[in-house]
Amino acid sequence: MVLAESVHKRFGTVEVLRGIDLQIAAGEVMTILGPSGSGKSTFLRCINHLEKINAGRLYVDGNLIGYHERNGKLHEMRDSEVVKQRAEIGMVFQRFNLFPHKTAIENVIEAPMRVKGESKSVAVAHARALLDRVGLLDKCDNYPNQLSGGQQQRVAIARALAMKPKLMLFDEPTSALDPELVGDVLDVMRGLAEDGMTMVVVTHEIGFAREVGDQLVFMDGGVVVESGNPREVLANPQHERTKAFLSKVL
Amino acid sequence: MSSGATAENAGSTRPADIKAVPVRHPGRWVAMVVIGVLVAMFVHGAFFVHVHRGTLRQNRIPWDIVRKYLFSSNLLHGAVLTIELTAIAMAIGIAGGVLLAVMRMSVNPVVSGVAWVYVWFFRGTPVLVQLLFWYNISYLIPTPEKLTLGVPFGPAFVHFNPNTLITAFVAVSVGLGLNEAAYMSEIVRAGILSVDEGQTEAASSLGMTRGMTLRRIILPQAMRVIIPPTGNETISMLKTTSLAYVASVPELTTAASRIYATNYQTIPLLTVASLWYLFITSILTVIQYYVERYYARGSVRQLPPTPWQRFRTMLTTFHAPPPATVALTGRVGGAP
Repeated sequence: MVLAESVHKRFGTVEVLRGIDLQIAAGEVMTILGPSGSGKSTFLRCINHLEKINAGRLYVDGNLIGYHERNGKLHEMRDSEVVKQRAEIGMVFQRFNLFPHKTAIENVIEAPMRVKGESKSVAVAHARALLDRVGLLDKCDNYPNQLSGGQQQRVAIARALAMKPKLMLFDEPTSALDPELVGDVLDVMRGLAEDGMTMVVVTHEIGFAREVGDQLVFMDGGVVVESGNPREVLANPQHERTKAFLSKVL
Repeated sequence: MSSGATAENAGSTRPADIKAVPVRHPGRWVAMVVIGVLVAMFVHGAFFVHVHRGTLRQNRIPWDIVRKYLFSSNLLHGAVLTIELTAIAMAIGIAGGVLLAVMRMSVNPVVSGVAWVYVWFFRGTPVLVQLLFWYNISYLIPTPEKLTLGVPFGPAFVHFNPNTLITAFVAVSVGLGLNEAAYMSEIVRAGILSVDEGQTEAASSLGMTRGMTLRRIILPQAMRVIIPPTGNETISMLKTTSLAYVASVPELTTAASRIYATNYQTIPLLTVASLWYLFITSILTVIQYYVERYYARGSVRQLPPTPWQRFRTMLTTFHAPPPATVALTGRVGGAP
């Protein structure tokens, strides 16, 4: 589903990603671990072209992200084409980023109606089903600031799912939450994984990575240090850097 | 109801309510006396007949003349013109301001440069000069009875007569509006910049285009920052329309000055004009209050009651303390 080949990303003179090679199959859950500044969030943002990569190739579902390749030459995509690619990739942010001037259900129906042109009745019915799924059917008409962090994040997940994405990206979805509320969000994500959604999750939740992940990637300094089956990597890390990191967080 | 008490010890261990001696505020009494004297001086000077060495001196505001002209047709017509000029100028100003702000933030360097030059020019020249310029624009046109718009030395698109099209009223309202657009564009830009970057990212990740994101997500949130200074600009514009005297548009101030030019009752007529300006400003202030309230949805958990709602609550529940807040979504109680 996702194929990264030698992905490089620079911010000015700082090399944030220095050659990432990864492959994620359809229906797989990949969790990315690593210290802050290791480039894991940046890599996630490259997948839906919120950041432009400087070298390498990124494919989602066989399509090159952000560019057309014709006769060995890359052409930048028009905005309208980038937007179409993004519409098929859901993203959940650390800070939720719900639209504060819209109620929970308005947040969810906005993109399906405006981007996909769904009728209001269809969008609302789908949105109610999604909010029910994340356990917030009774909060449809609440504004985001009337919801707790965990509830906001679950609305954000429902909002991303409303576009029926083929891939979901999670950027530290539980890092801004009270410890008590983390569980609810992880439960929703676990349910998604069980239903066969392809997911890339940047997280610090080791338990989630172990139980739900099919593949674990440990990143540091803009490269993949170690990857493999999460249970094996966590139980028996091969690299010194991975061992040092895990000894602090486990 | 008592917070902090658990079910077991509630009631039995609750200490008596604190009855402390309140802090004294002598400054309030001093301020009250000083202000009181000043107000008495003003009222005495403005409303009472003065007697100086046994003779009556007429050095007060002649309220009978104020009353005579307050609803005179010339001044009422002037007040209507003032409101019309303000409305048209602000409509042009707000529309132009949004357009310029969006242009200024465009990734297209030509478009953004044009917006920058516009703001630089219109903020850099006096609005009075701009009005005189628009009023006298026909002097710049070699054939004043026929103006042609089109590609230079190429095909023409439209012909019109500038002397009939650009009346004094049009010159003033458009002139004020174009000048206002420059100021409004900076207000709108500040509003757009105040919206969190994450909102744009969230909208992009949902596949929304940049235009859609601006219209549906960014501008509605920017409104909260844009409304107060826009209300300020509108009230300021109400007074700036008095510059229309350079084009002989008989708005409120011009109408008043035409009358006192003949009867020399300068102060009473300026008082009449000021009373009308105050009245219109009061209405604009109320409108601004409700517009701000509307755009506060989602940014405060519960909206405070309007003065009118508070008044009604006071009437219905005369002895009970008024509720602190009114539920925004119709359901009482906010976030869990």
